[in-house]
Amino acid sequence: MIEVKNLYKNFGKLEVLKGISTRVKKGEVVVLIGPSGSGKSTFLRCLNLLEKPSSGEIIIEGKSLQDPSTDINRIRQDIGMVFQHFNLFPHKTVVENITLAPIKVKGMNPKDALEKAMELLDRVGLADKADSFPASLSGGQKQRVAIARALAMNPKIMLFDEPTSALDPEMIKEVLDVMKDLAADGMTMVVVTHEMRFAREVGDRVMFMDEGIIIEEGTPEEIFERPQNPRTKEFLSKIL
Amino acid sequence: MVMDFSIVLPYINLFFKGALTAFEITLLAVVIGIVIGTLVGIGKMSGILPVRLICSTYVEVIRGTPLLVQLLIFYFGLPQILGFTLPEFTAAVLALGINSGGYVAEIVRGGILAVDKGQMEAARSLGMSYAQAMRYIILPQAFKKMIPPLGNEFVTLLKDSSLATTIGFPELTRAAQIVAANTYRPFEPYLTAAGFYLVMTVGFSWVMAAIERRLSASD
Ligand SMILES: Nc1ncnc2c1ncn2[C@@H]1O[C@H](COP(=O)(O)OP(=O)(O)OP(=O)(O)O)[C@@H](O)[C@H]1O
Ligand SMILES: [Mg+2]
Repeated sequence: MIEVKNLYKNFGKLEVLKGISTRVKKGEVVVLIGPSGSGKSTFLRCLNLLEKPSSGEIIIEGKSLQDPSTDINRIRQDIGMVFQHFNLFPHKTVVENITLAPIKVKGMNPKDALEKAMELLDRVGLADKADSFPASLSGGQKQRVAIARALAMNPKIMLFDEPTSALDPEMIKEVLDVMKDLAADGMTMVVVTHEMRFAREVGDRVMFMDEGIIIEEGTPEEIFERPQNPRTKEFLSKIL
Repeated sequence: MVMDFSIVLPYINLFFKGALTAFEITLLAVVIGIVIGTLVGIGKMSGILPVRLICSTYVEVIRGTPLLVQLLIFYFGLPQILGFTLPEFTAAVLALGINSGGYVAEIVRGGILAVDKGQMEAARSLGMSYAQAMRYIILPQAFKKMIPPLGNEFVTLLKDSSLATTIGFPELTRAAQIVAANTYRPFEPYLTAAGFYLVMTVGFSWVMAAIERRLSASD
């Protein structure tokens, strides 16, 4: 589904990703952990080309993102992204946030888009907020809307960049529950998070990243119970 | 010498007509300014170097030369190339509009830069093209931030429309000139013109303040 070959990314002189290679299978939930500044967000953002890799190759469903003939806007429709700070469109209502891209990008007719949006809002438990503006929602509600917005494009892959880090503790669960449902439905997911319980319960694979490389990867048990690399051990001892 | 505003009264229609014309010139110029300014403002942030250079040069030239000289070029200079003279009204609207475009471009750029970067990323991650993201997500939000400076630009332009007098166009300042010449009393007609400008600019500022209040209430 996703194949990453020898990915490098630098910002000017700063080398952020230093040769990352990995694969994500269909339906797999990969949890990415690592210290601040290790390049987790940059890696995730390379996957949908919000950042342009300096070298290396990313192949999504058999299409190389580096191939000039690949239509990036088309590929991005299949890759939903959820951000730490939600990035809802503040000038649009909740339901407009969700229907905008299906209507404008996919050319879906507005009635179908609305129906689909209401279905998704129902799924994330926010049907009653359809006509509210984002500013009137709590953080947890905003993030659930953001997930619904991404799902409205029927993506095959979902990327989450610390989706609960900006939330008050009592709202974290409502967002993680939505993500768990999604994983149970077979969505392919790459999740950057420090929620270790989520990683254990939902993750198929955990990758530990530090200083731009993947130091260690394995099942949640392998990484959390029997980490091999000293850096992994040190990191885990700090956050667990 | 005592002031006697009654000498202006027989000509008062001239002032009202002049004020209306000044307003028309300004409104049309602002529309042209917003169209040009939006394109040039976005162009200044383009990833394509030549586009960026052209747009930056435009802004520099417009802002680095006097509006009066630009107006004279349009009315007296261009005919040399075109072979015909633009009507005064057209020349005034074009010169003011193209001038305003340079200033609006900076307002647009500032407005766009003030929109959170995450908005563009969210839009692009949903598969929107750059143009779609601009149109549906960035510009509507930027426009809200641009309203106060655009209001100022309108007021500036309204006052600058008085420069059209120099090409002989019968707007408000020209009306005062005519009345001054006919009555041999310049003070009252020019004060009257100033009063007309003031009423228009202050009135406009009130309207803008009301719009801003309504927009900020929706946040
Ligand atoms: N657009 C950019 N320009 C310059 N440097 C950048 C840019 N984006 C990220 N960086 C740098 O790249 C490094 C990795 O950043 P990244 O955001 O990927 O880390 P992260 O692992 O997600 O960290 P965090 O846990 O704090 O989110 C940091 O040193 C950061 O300052
Ligand atoms: Mg990050």
